[in-house]
Amino acid sequence: MVLGTYKEVVAARSTDKQIQKIAQDGGIVSALFCYALDEKLIDGAVVAGPTEELWKPAPTVAMTAEEVLAAAGTKYTFSPNVWMLKKAARQYGLEKIGTVAIPCQLMGIRKMQSYPFGVRFLADKIALAVGIFCMENFPFASLQTFISEKMGLDPNLVEKMDIGKGKFWAYTADDVYTLPLKETHGYEQNGCKICLDYVAELADVSTGSVGTPDGWSTVFTRTDAGETIFKAAVEAGVIETKAIDDVKPGLGLLEKLATDKKTKAMKVIDDRKAMGLPVPYKASSEKEDPLANI
Amino acid sequence: MSILARIKAFLGMEAKPEKEALEEEVEKVAEEKAKPRIGYIHLSGCTGDVMSLSENYDILAELLTNLVDIVYGQTLVDLWEMPEMDLALVEGSVCLQDEHSVKELMEVREKAALVCAFGSCAATGCFTRYSRGGQQARPDHESFVPIADLVKVDCAIPGCPPSPEIIAKTVVALINGDMDYLQPMLDLAGYTEACGCDLQTKVVNQALCIGCGTCAMACQTRALDMNAGRPELNSDRCVKCGVCYVQCPRSWWPAEQINKDLGF
Repeated sequence: MVLGTYKEVVAARSTDKQIQKIAQDGGIVSALFCYALDEKLIDGAVVAGPTEELWKPAPTVAMTAEEVLAAAGTKYTFSPNVWMLKKAARQYGLEKIGTVAIPCQLMGIRKMQSYPFGVRFLADKIALAVGIFCMENFPFASLQTFISEKMGLDPNLVEKMDIGKGKFWAYTADDVYTLPLKETHGYEQNGCKICLDYVAELADVSTGSVGTPDGWSTVFTRTDAGETIFKAAVEAGVIETKAIDDVKPGLGLLEKLATDKKTKAMKVIDDRKAMGLPVPYKASSEKEDPLANI
Repeated sequence: MSILARIKAFLGMEAKPEKEALEEEVEKVAEEKAKPRIGYIHLSGCTGDVMSLSENYDILAELLTNLVDIVYGQTLVDLWEMPEMDLALVEGSVCLQDEHSVKELMEVREKAALVCAFGSCAATGCFTRYSRGGQQARPDHESFVPIADLVKVDCAIPGCPPSPEIIAKTVVALINGDMDYLQPMLDLAGYTEACGCDLQTKVVNQALCIGCGTCAMACQTRALDMNAGRPELNSDRCVKCGVCYVQCPRSWWPAEQINKDLGF
């Protein structure tokens, strides 16, 4: 099961024209948080918000739709959102917290919920964890290398970045620049190389562009809480859906990418074990499903 | 006897297949067998760990009335002689210059079937690691070590203090005979030399860090910052409780438990 446990998978997008315009793909994260804030299902959401430095995000607590939208769009570098969860509870006084997280961040959140050794009164305040598909993450300096050195672009002119169709994309007001993904290899953060999760298997709802056409997102509902909120958002008309079998390229591509990531990671895990280096995961020989995130 | 066997003997039962409601468990356990005898031993610590335990208002009365017998503990039980115990919760590190503490700890090991390092002082030494002595009333009291330095420890619950929830979860797991849940606590009995710098040496240096921020979130003294996606330690604030490394998703990974808790 390379796509993790899920209840339902659909193609979806926000019906809000403004969100469609600024979102990375289908605007699912923005739409869900705006809806959940409106309906008071969450008191606020920890998002990767903008900072003074362009393209360098920082964990931010969004309490209004406006603040959610200010954080729309993917940033391909670190935003340690888990760090902000405790502040959201303590300093902002939130009782029901939403957060957007990449797979490794969800691992930190879920481990904290199952084993809250030193984390007091936070585990049950995570009301909605939206996961995003993630192949790897880049240190900020790597992004600078792609944009400034390899593409010869002024980072200040870049309005959107994207990864898809085998390329790293940078959009300015007038032009589109691309870099073959091969050129980005070696610039990823190293910790990603043992990661066995592509599709945010531990989220309440996970989403990403792969599997659906431009302007749409693939959405998995995984937990009861995730299913309830997503269905309510669809019912309320803030998100529209299509059957995943009716769209191109469909689940096949997602399965392929998830399998590729897991297969590569298992090789690194097994190699590290052979060298005696620590790895928190089991070796291929130690588990039934060699690609399981265990 | 192995630790597992001893815990099972302590529970008087084999692992149950299904987790049942706590209240039902309380009645059942109370009916089925003698209540486990628990002792609470206070060495060099601030009492924060047992304070945290007492924050479990919803289960505390049931726990103390129906589930367990507190048979020993300063301020809890009017008893001078330490009795035989099924489980001893030891809070605080042990001072090597304090003969009473050393003697008490040795006696605990003798009288208790299971010894639990309860809280980071007992488990890792925590902030008492910084003691240099030279203070009234006993300037000679300067060497404070985790209890596992002197006696065999069966399980540890680190935290400064451990959260009320982890204490409640541990108690429920004990009641249910859920050994899978308790396994990390058994493993952590061996983690006695903790420091915020473990993040650098055991995670970042090992090419394991992914910059998620869980360590900085978990730090109970705000000794950690995240800088360029990596934890940055202010060692002046670190109390060496070990919680940052214990919570890190790249130190150990309880996948099965997480899937179970999520209903996967």
